[in-house]
Order: sequence, then structure tokens, then C-alpha cells
Amino acid sequence: MVRTGRIGVFDVVNFLLLLFVAITMVFPFLHMASVAISAPEYVVRNEISFFPKGLQFDALRAIFEDNRLWIGYRNSIGYVILGLFISMSLTIMGAYALSRRGLVFYKPVMLYIVFTIMFFGGMIPFYLVARAYGLMDSIWAMVLPNAINTYNLIVMRTFFSGMPVEVEESGRIDGLSDFTVLTRIVMPLSKPVLLTIGMFYTVGIWNDFQSALLLIRDPNLFPLQLVIRNLVVVGQAGDVLEATTRDGHKVILESLKYGVILLGCLPVLIVYPFIQKHFEQGAMIGSVKG
Amino acid sequence: MKQSLLHRMKRDRVYLLLLIPVLLYYLLFHYVPMFGIVVSFMDYNLFKGVWHSPWVGLKHYRMFFSNPDAWLIVRNTLLLGLYKFIFAFPAPIALAILFYEMRWKKFRRFVQSVSYLPFFLSSVVLSSIMIMLLSPSTGWINKAIQSLGFEPINFLQRPEWFRTIYIASDIWQMTGYGTIIFLAALAAIDPQLYEAARMDGANRWKQTVHVTLPGIIPAIVIMFILSIGGILNIPFDKAFLLGNAGNLDTADIISTYVYRIGILGGGMSYATAINLSLGLVTMLLVYLTNVASRKVGETSLW
Repeated sequence: MVRTGRIGVFDVVNFLLLLFVAITMVFPFLHMASVAISAPEYVVRNEISFFPKGLQFDALRAIFEDNRLWIGYRNSIGYVILGLFISMSLTIMGAYALSRRGLVFYKPVMLYIVFTIMFFGGMIPFYLVARAYGLMDSIWAMVLPNAINTYNLIVMRTFFSGMPVEVEESGRIDGLSDFTVLTRIVMPLSKPVLLTIGMFYTVGIWNDFQSALLLIRDPNLFPLQLVIRNLVVVGQAGDVLEATTRDGHKVILESLKYGVILLGCLPVLIVYPFIQKHFEQGAMIGSVKG
Repeated sequence: MKQSLLHRMKRDRVYLLLLIPVLLYYLLFHYVPMFGIVVSFMDYNLFKGVWHSPWVGLKHYRMFFSNPDAWLIVRNTLLLGLYKFIFAFPAPIALAILFYEMRWKKFRRFVQSVSYLPFFLSSVVLSSIMIMLLSPSTGWINKAIQSLGFEPINFLQRPEWFRTIYIASDIWQMTGYGTIIFLAALAAIDPQLYEAARMDGANRWKQTVHVTLPGIIPAIVIMFILSIGGILNIPFDKAFLLGNAGNLDTADIISTYVYRIGILGGGMSYATAINLSLGLVTMLLVYLTNVASRKVGETSLW
């Protein structure tokens, strides 16, 4: 809403509150980056808040030289590419079929799908089943168990069924089949929803920690999240520190850990400005339920 | 004329074909694990497998409900969920109204952008940031506390701090993103209502209470119902990552307990029994709130 007229107390208080919100949101990132690239003597004395002091990149260099983060990056990128392909294919296929008017078995199929939102077998049965399928220490562990997100499926179905019948019919007159109507008409016309849901899947796979914790034991298959957790939360960053001090560099554990976290969320920070428009749209599409 | 089933199946054959992988996915990763709950009625042994482990009936359920730990973790889970609900639910509504009332559009855009960002961070990154900021020796927060002349607090080793940390970080991460849905509801309010309110002499605060809030009540009710289910259903990741031997008294919730007993400790049958009992309670809770909200208002989820 556009407020006009005199600037009152209300506006000033509002401005201050929002300023506080903005600072709280930005501070952790600034602080993280500042500690990661500040000289050790300042970090030791806890003098870093918003801005770096005495620029020094030894901590980042030490992280780059340790191959764990790279392995994590490589694996996570691989999981996202493979997983995105699988998730999108399955979701599009399901959503398209379910969006057809008068589809035979529509009701039982929807019930079958929606019931899984309400009830889940739990962590242990899931683990046992995944083991039995041979997913332990396999790349499939990261892409198959969560391949379809039911909310995404329903959102996409709702979007597809909102498409005007006339558009499809004109395609049929031009000789398109049941399947090519999907690829030539429905999908090109649904770019926003496909982009948004693709983005949600990407974030989901990239951020997935639990599947890896349960099913992946081989360090060569660790996704980035598990690597960050091992380095920062479990504290393996200490090994990196030992290696760097042997080489004669002086690096502080704190800078090292912040560096790891920062490099871990760097892709999100880089991509974020470009996807912002889409996720706002996406959250809206998701809220208009059919 | 009603077509025969066979005829309709033939007509929709391409669609049914497309559905097969989807149905298969749900079968393999949702329905088969549901049947996996039978292990809670056995003394399941990883080496003997489902077929050869002995049946023990309700032993694990009795064990759970007579275990003093049970009370503790149910309480931890419920309290964490409840506090989260009380403190984190109103936050996006309040922030959305602040955004809505902000007259400087560019500034508003900027704050919106930075406040959505944390939503995309992983639980691992978020927990790592918390651990670093709260560290008693090197964390910025403790440094600030010390510079004000107080003793540093070892936040993550102290059970009494866990819930505060968990919920505060949740609010930090989720509030911005949560405003989107309320902003959409706000945008739909008829501006004439404000004019009418002004005519009647309502100030900004009164306009907010009598026009803005009633305007977004339907959105609030829907989000309210959606969050009720979440009270018992607390995600595993953050509680697991922020939990440690020091704060286990409050940090241990159902999912982390199940992980520790079942996966790390090998007590799979017992862990499954716990999981199932509480899964059923959650389901009931969601169902009941939905029935209640249908009775009270016209809004419901299904």
C-alpha cells in the first residue's frame, strides 16, 4: 500500500525496526567473511565484527589445498544434476497425467499420493528399506528417496490443469499426440512453474543432510553438507590446521571454520539474486491450492 | 453415455503409462517403509532380517512407555514445538505488516531481499554459523556479552539455552520467507477500507487492528493449521547438529533419540516403536485441528 502525507512517528519506528531486521540478516555473512580473511592477530583478539582487518587469505588457501571441500563440491554438483533430472521428469509426468480431465482412476491415485503426506513410516523403516534396495554408499541414495516432493507435484498439477483447453485442442488439430501435447504445449507454457519447482528441488538436494548421514559412509561420496558438518561441527578442521602449520603458515582455527562455512554457502549467495523473482512467484503458486 | 472402464483405460493409456514410474516411486519409498513398521513388533536383528527375527508383540511399546527417558523426550519435543509455534508463528505476520506499511519502496525491497536469503541456507550451514557465533571463547556473541561486562556463557553446553537458540535461529531463518504469503494477502485488501477507516477517525494503529489484521485472517488461519502439525514434527537436522552431551537434557527430541537408539545403538525395533507411536499422535493432532477449524470458520485444508 502506498502511504502518503506527513512522515509520522509510526514511519520512523517502522524504519528503525526494519533496519534492525536488515542488520540481523546481513551480519552473520559479513562477520563470517571478515573473520575468514582477516589476519590472525586480530582474530585471536576477537577484534573482528563487520569488516576484515589486515587482509590475509591463508585460511582460504588452506581450505583450497585440502581436498575434502572439493570432493564435497564435486559430489553435490553431481547429485543436483542427476537428482534434478530424475525429480523433474517424475514430477512433470505425474502432474501432467493427473491434470487431465476425467482421468480414469483419478481419485484413488490422488488418495494414494496424498496419504503419504499424512503418514510416514519413520526413520528406521526407511533406513532398512533403503539398505535392502542397495542404496548404501551409492549415488542413488542422494537422488531416489526424495525424488518426488508431493507438494511440488500437486502445485504443478494445479498449474497444468489451469491451462485453457482451447490451446491444447488447437495443438491436437495440428496432429499432436497425448505425449507431444505435454512437450510442445504444456511445458513451454509452464516455464515459470517449472523453473520455480526446479529451483526448490535444486535447493532441496543441495541442502540434503539427512540422507547422506544415514546412507553414505564412503568419504569419496560425501556431499558438501556432510563435509561442512565434519569440518565445523565435528571439528575435523583441526587436521587442516595441523597441515597448514606444518607448512609454516599461521592460520587460526576460527578463520578456517568460517572459511569453510562461507565457501559452503557461496553458491547460494551467488545464485540468490537471480532466482529471487522466481521463488517469490513460486511461493505464491504454492499458496493457491486447487 | 457412460463409457466402460476398459474403454477409458484404453483412452488414457498414455497418461497411465506416465503415471507408472510415479506410483512405483511412492510404493518403493513411502508404502514399503510403512510396512517396515512391523519391525517394531519384533526383536529385529540386522543380520537375521525381517523374515527370521522373532515376534515379540508390544514389548517395545511397553518398554518405551515405562522408560523414564520417554517422558523426557516427548516433553522436549512438545515444548520445543510449542515454543516454536508461539514465538515463530506470529513473527512473519508482524514483519509482513511492517513491510506493508513501509513507505520507502527501495528500502522495503532491500530488507525483503536480505530477509528471504537465510531460508535457502542448509541446516548444516545454519547450525555451523550458530556454533561459531555462540562459542564461549571465540564467538562474537560472547565477545559482545563480555564487552558489556558480563561473564561469557557456554550456550550450547547449557540445557537451559537450547530452546532459545533453536527457536531464535529458526526465526532468523524462516521469518522473511514466511512473509511472502501474508504480503500477498495484504495486497488483496481493498484500499477503500482504509479510506473509510480514516473517515471514521482511525489512526494508523487502529487501522492496522481493524482493517489490516481482519483482512488477512483467512491466510493466518490456514498457516495456523499447517503449523499445528509441525508441533510434534520437528525436523531432525538442526536438533541433531546443535545437540551434544552437554545440552542433551533439552536437545534430545524424538527424531534424534530414534537416530541415536536405532541407527547408532542398533535398537531398531525399539526406535521404530517410538517413531510410530508419535507419528500416530501427530496425525491425530493434524486431523483434529482441521476438524476444529472447519467447525469454527469456513477454512480447512481438505
